Amino acid sequence: MKNLNGVAGLAALSLMLSTSAAFAQTEVTWWHAMGGELGTKLEEIAANFNASQSDYVVTPVYKGTYAETLTSAIAAFRANEQPAIVQVFEVGTGTMMAAKGAVYPVYQLMADQGEPWDPSGFLAPVTGYYSDPEGNILSLPFNSSTPILYYNKSVFEKAGLDPEVAPKTWADVEAFSKQIVESGAATCGFTTGWVTWIQTENLSAIHDQPFGTKENGFAGFDTEFTFNGEVQARHWNNLKAWSDAGLFKYGGPEGGADAGPLFYTQECAMVMNSSASRAGVINNAKDFEVGFAPLPYYDDVIAEPKNSIIGGATLWVLNGKSTEEYAGAAKFFTYLSQPEVQAAWHQFTGYLPITNAAYELGQSQDYYAQNPGSDVAINQITRGTPTANSKGVRFGNFTQVRNVVDEEFQALLSGSKTAQEALDSAVSRGNQLLRDFEASNAQ
Amino acid sequence: METKRTTFPSKTLPYALVMPQLLITLVFFIWPTWQAVQSSFLREDPFGLASTFVGLLHYQRLFQDPLYLDAIGRTALFAVAVTVLSMGMGLLLAVAVSRLVRSANAYSTLLLWPYAVAPVVAGILWWFMFNSSSGILPYMLSFFGVDWNHKLNGTQAMILVIVAASWKQVSYNFLFFLAGLQSVPQSLTEAAAIDGAGPVKRFFTIVLPLLSPTTFFLFIVNVNYTMFDTFGTIDATTQGGPNQATNILVYKVYADGFIGLNLGSSSAQSVVLMLFVIGLTFLQFRYVERRVQY
Repeated sequence: MKNLNGVAGLAALSLMLSTSAAFAQTEVTWWHAMGGELGTKLEEIAANFNASQSDYVVTPVYKGTYAETLTSAIAAFRANEQPAIVQVFEVGTGTMMAAKGAVYPVYQLMADQGEPWDPSGFLAPVTGYYSDPEGNILSLPFNSSTPILYYNKSVFEKAGLDPEVAPKTWADVEAFSKQIVESGAATCGFTTGWVTWIQTENLSAIHDQPFGTKENGFAGFDTEFTFNGEVQARHWNNLKAWSDAGLFKYGGPEGGADAGPLFYTQECAMVMNSSASRAGVINNAKDFEVGFAPLPYYDDVIAEPKNSIIGGATLWVLNGKSTEEYAGAAKFFTYLSQPEVQAAWHQFTGYLPITNAAYELGQSQDYYAQNPGSDVAINQITRGTPTANSKGVRFGNFTQVRNVVDEEFQALLSGSKTAQEALDSAVSRGNQLLRDFEASNAQ
Repeated sequence: METKRTTFPSKTLPYALVMPQLLITLVFFIWPTWQAVQSSFLREDPFGLASTFVGLLHYQRLFQDPLYLDAIGRTALFAVAVTVLSMGMGLLLAVAVSRLVRSANAYSTLLLWPYAVAPVVAGILWWFMFNSSSGILPYMLSFFGVDWNHKLNGTQAMILVIVAASWKQVSYNFLFFLAGLQSVPQSLTEAAAIDGAGPVKRFFTIVLPLLSPTTFFLFIVNVNYTMFDTFGTIDATTQGGPNQATNILVYKVYADGFIGLNLGSSSAQSVVLMLFVIGLTFLQFRYVERRVQY
């Protein structure tokens, strides 16, 4: 009865919202976390899908940050008010995979609805990350990214550096930053978004260091963190020293709200951030030229750096909706996976091309040749052969673990802990969260 | 029995009259409280698909967790600082305004305005003023050799949330103190003045004791305010950071429950917080109220 009321309510709502042929249309709600330029583009995709057919209306709803979107979806699920589709960031993957009763796996949805579904069409790092142990893809890859380095060519030139040469190693980053700050070309060398994702998780992957046991959590819930190793401690120690020397400026916890502005205002000459910041960077870099480069590495630790790991989000379908809504969701997913739609999204935002077809389309359009730096991310994530340490990280309660890592990094910067102490403490607090997750999902 | 007593013939009417209030209490207070108590004994996955009874595990873990114990101490510091600061400022302003003749109304109106500001907005206002790169206060502080960065400096972050939380509450305290001051009989202070007591002496021996009912009431209201209502201020400014430096109990309930999705522990924390405030209010009535002269 409750469900019937819900359907009636939705029907009434879509009647009010749309003026044409409202009777036959089924509304499919899609909660997402894309603000700014990305949100505008996302709404355009939904609008194009709605215009392409007349049976379904996809309604995108912006729910705030990734973490906020996930928690709202979970709260809504408990109250039986969940959307059909929700965008969940890679950090929530462990939580979603464990919630078997709440999730309608996408491979099953596509099979049930008779929509075409070819997992081999997706890029290998993407399928690797979002498949369950049996190799089934549980959520639709939509926006996957990987961190890269953005630098200010104009400031490089002012500091007497070659604007066409980006720093390759961390030693370069240090030397370049010194020259930039000493010459007065900018007040800070570099900043970073996502200390957790970029300076800890990706750092470990690139240098082939384990982030946790059990293949970084891919092989089971009984895993433990190991990111307090020598390389990570050395790097955090360096970041603290560079921060004290004025070469590095902290951009804040989580995504680093200040990192982008520090780069846009030309206070910092370099920023490490998601490849999906591309649209925002290009939009905001009005008075200077931007260069793109892979993340730096320590050349005395690894000669051939490994691939970087995935970030961004996928679309999960939640249980408890009507068959019509699922039919609409499946149709929408087929639309989203088209090379043209994928390629347009990838080229506008800087997210990775999710499918091989979208990547090839970009190549045939000559997109990568005409837009220098637009293939940095895809080259970086596909370079070399992935190892157990570089195929990604998958842990339960990982949103909280990232908060813990952020807190410990702040303790390091404020001088109350050394790098090793901060990482040790993050590991032991993180392990406690893993045990909690294991216990609450063991029943 | 000289007073007139009104009696109602109907037996059900009084119950019907209190019913709406009882219902509201039941739906908005008793029921959620019951649910919180219930889920504090359970371990649940975030989606609520499965739950197991774990007894007092969440409570046990809380009191073994050094971070939680730190949060208790931090909350006490925060509560005392905000209460003292906002009541002190409120009283000071009330005394100042009560001495004014013509402009008193204008000042009272202006001083009341901050109370209409939502906690989140108040938080954001102070966050802007204290913003380390563009705020006016860090700029002024830099002339005194203070390097303001509340994003990394825990003490500065604490000062920021204390100031932001107090600022809003000063108006409320001011209003009650002003009303309290107006009820202090003029004849008493005049008599004291004739006897040779100066303004300071008059304030401490006559005005302040007579204000004690107001002070006591405000004390309880302010402590409850710091314990519960400061959530918005903290969420808008520091989110409990840096490194938990401003993570007080009420914010921790939210962070662990709604961000961390650890509903069991979060419920246990809210039950502890509730017991804490109940106990505190009880103590206040038991021991402090005795010294209050009505």
